[in-house]
Amino acid sequence: MDSTLVLILLLSPFIGFLSNIFFGKSLSKNLSGTIGTIAVGISFVVSVILFNKVLQSGKGITVHFFDWLELFNFKVGFSFLLDQLSLLWLLFVTGIGTLIHLYSISYMHDDENLHKFFSYLNLFVFFMITLVAGSNLLIMFIGWEGVGLCSYLLIGFWYKNQNYNDAAKKAFIMNRIGDLGFLAGIFIIGYLFNSLDYLTIKQALASGGFVDLGWLAFATLCLFIGATGKSAQLPLYTWLPDAMAGPTPVSALIHAATMVTAGIFMVTRLNFLFELTPAVLNVIAIIGALTALIAAFIALVQNDIKKVLAYSTVSQLGLMFLALGLGAYEVAVFHVVTHAFFKACLFLGSGSVIHAMGGEQDMRYMGGLKSHMKTTYITFLISTLAISGIFPLSGFFSKDEILLVAFHENKVLWVIASLASIMTAFYMFRLLYLTFFGKFRGSEEQKHHLHESPSLMTFPLIVLAILAAVGGLISLPGNSWLNHYLEPIFIGSRPHHAVDSTAYMLMGVATVGALIGIFLAYSKYIKKGELPAKDKEVTGFAKVLHNKFYVDEIYTAIIVKPIYWLGDFFKSIVEVIISSIVFGTGKLANILSDQGKTLQNGSVGLYLFVFVLGFSTIVYYLFLA
Amino acid sequence: MLQNILQEIGIENYIFLATALFCVGIFGVLYRRNAIVVFMSIEIMLNAVNLLLVAFSTYHQDAAGQVFVFFSMAVAAAEVAIGLAILVAIYRNLKSIDIDDLRNLKG
Repeated sequence: MDSTLVLILLLSPFIGFLSNIFFGKSLSKNLSGTIGTIAVGISFVVSVILFNKVLQSGKGITVHFFDWLELFNFKVGFSFLLDQLSLLWLLFVTGIGTLIHLYSISYMHDDENLHKFFSYLNLFVFFMITLVAGSNLLIMFIGWEGVGLCSYLLIGFWYKNQNYNDAAKKAFIMNRIGDLGFLAGIFIIGYLFNSLDYLTIKQALASGGFVDLGWLAFATLCLFIGATGKSAQLPLYTWLPDAMAGPTPVSALIHAATMVTAGIFMVTRLNFLFELTPAVLNVIAIIGALTALIAAFIALVQNDIKKVLAYSTVSQLGLMFLALGLGAYEVAVFHVVTHAFFKACLFLGSGSVIHAMGGEQDMRYMGGLKSHMKTTYITFLISTLAISGIFPLSGFFSKDEILLVAFHENKVLWVIASLASIMTAFYMFRLLYLTFFGKFRGSEEQKHHLHESPSLMTFPLIVLAILAAVGGLISLPGNSWLNHYLEPIFIGSRPHHAVDSTAYMLMGVATVGALIGIFLAYSKYIKKGELPAKDKEVTGFAKVLHNKFYVDEIYTAIIVKPIYWLGDFFKSIVEVIISSIVFGTGKLANILSDQGKTLQNGSVGLYLFVFVLGFSTIVYYLFLA
Repeated sequence: MLQNILQEIGIENYIFLATALFCVGIFGVLYRRNAIVVFMSIEIMLNAVNLLLVAFSTYHQDAAGQVFVFFSMAVAAAEVAIGLAILVAIYRNLKSIDIDDLRNLKG
């Protein structure tokens, strides 16, 4: 029964992928969209059924299909583990996935390759389910690589634009660097534990087996490098903003709500390993905090509506890693869930705006859309309030918990995280004001075109906005359903921070910080009516931010250029030397054989003569000499 | 009894005869241009060796050498059949079996 359910869960999106990729061309557009949506919808229903089961029994379900690899006593099974953690992920991956598929039917209806779009999206969901539901690291790796592939395919979906292709390649290569770390981590863990199965390793550790902590720290560090690639953390985050080249539903699904949280999933999944290596956890916390701060800085001055959201995603992911690094896994998971709701809503909202603007993404040419797009505006407002951390929306609770943990563990990190939060409020309201308030700044043609999106697009927005508003209920301070629910995936009991006066004080500070950010944005963009300067007129520190701290340029200078240089060196010097040696040997053989081949003149008499001569020589030396 | 044969005519005479036959064969191979004669010369060389084998077999009182000669002659017969067949085929194509005309093997 369970194995059938898991098979349906996995194969439903895969069959959707197959039918769209092979027969999609002959299907009508609406039909291929419907197939894609239903395929993911079925997975969602199955996830809900399994979730109910686990919720009632309190025990994870393991489904073993077959032994995949067997090398002496090292075994890897092709099996899946559906426990509290993976089901939580499955719920929002398939749930939000279904909504975004629904949205895409309308958003992409003019695209000639619609069937391809849906097949890639389905394939993505399939790999994401594999990643999340696998019961060992190797299965997770299949999913890990698969979602990377789908991300590449979808970023470069409009393949006729070379910039988009470059962005896709950048994402793929950046991910590969991380994947190398991830793979190395898997190898070391396999070497240390003789198993890659989560439960086996957990039991081995719980029963107090001896582990070489040095190697383990190296392994967890490697795994974290993998996470920085997939979840866009320093120093590998630069691909995510460029990934906005893909269609907006892709940005919402892959590059905000689901795939980029894979790193957080992995660290939470292996919490019992990371827990043993506090040094690596410190690294994670510091990298997370720095990423949150730097990305928030860059987001302050971006003018592309999707770029702002992309940097905001990087920043929020940084906060999640901060929570992971401080050992508060359930808090990170909480923020992943709420972030998935409001960020998906924001991205879909921006998609709705772009749709209305006829493809324009620059906020300097928007403005005053509030009166034209009521539903989009209201849902966008709710999500913006949620991400800014305004009570009682979901972002308030999750972000507040991260800040609370940071305050207890490390004051410096708390200050950094708070700064990032204040900036979040500022740039999100800057985005809101520039897009929806003031006067319309686009062309007359665009003004006539302005319209609310069709209901197929606004429905997902409404659902996500509601979730973004009430999502905080799953983990209220002091009475957290989520913390209790996730308890079984950890070893031992979890530390609890009591809801005392400090906690209330911090909530107050965080809210005031958010309000300050909102007020600053209000006074700058509404009261004074300022507009972001044109690209060429940006000066001072803003210019550094505008150019994203020149990180891309630095990478080009210190990595890309030397690689090209090395390539040129090998091509022009080393290759010439090697090829001259190789060709020289050939030429030498040619010259020598030119002399020798006159001997082979076809005269049988001569052959016989030489034969007798040779024979006589042999006889002479063997017997007579 | 076999020993007696060698007493009548010494072993060295057999060796001289075989050597002489072999040399005749070599010179035939080197000097004659007719493929059939070359072929015959090769046969003479082969049989010179066979003669030696038989003589030494008697000398050592060991029948193995004589048995070996039977095999060698059987193989030689087969070889002659094939060799002549090739020569016939060459003659049909070239209307000549002069080995100086057979220069198609030039590399």
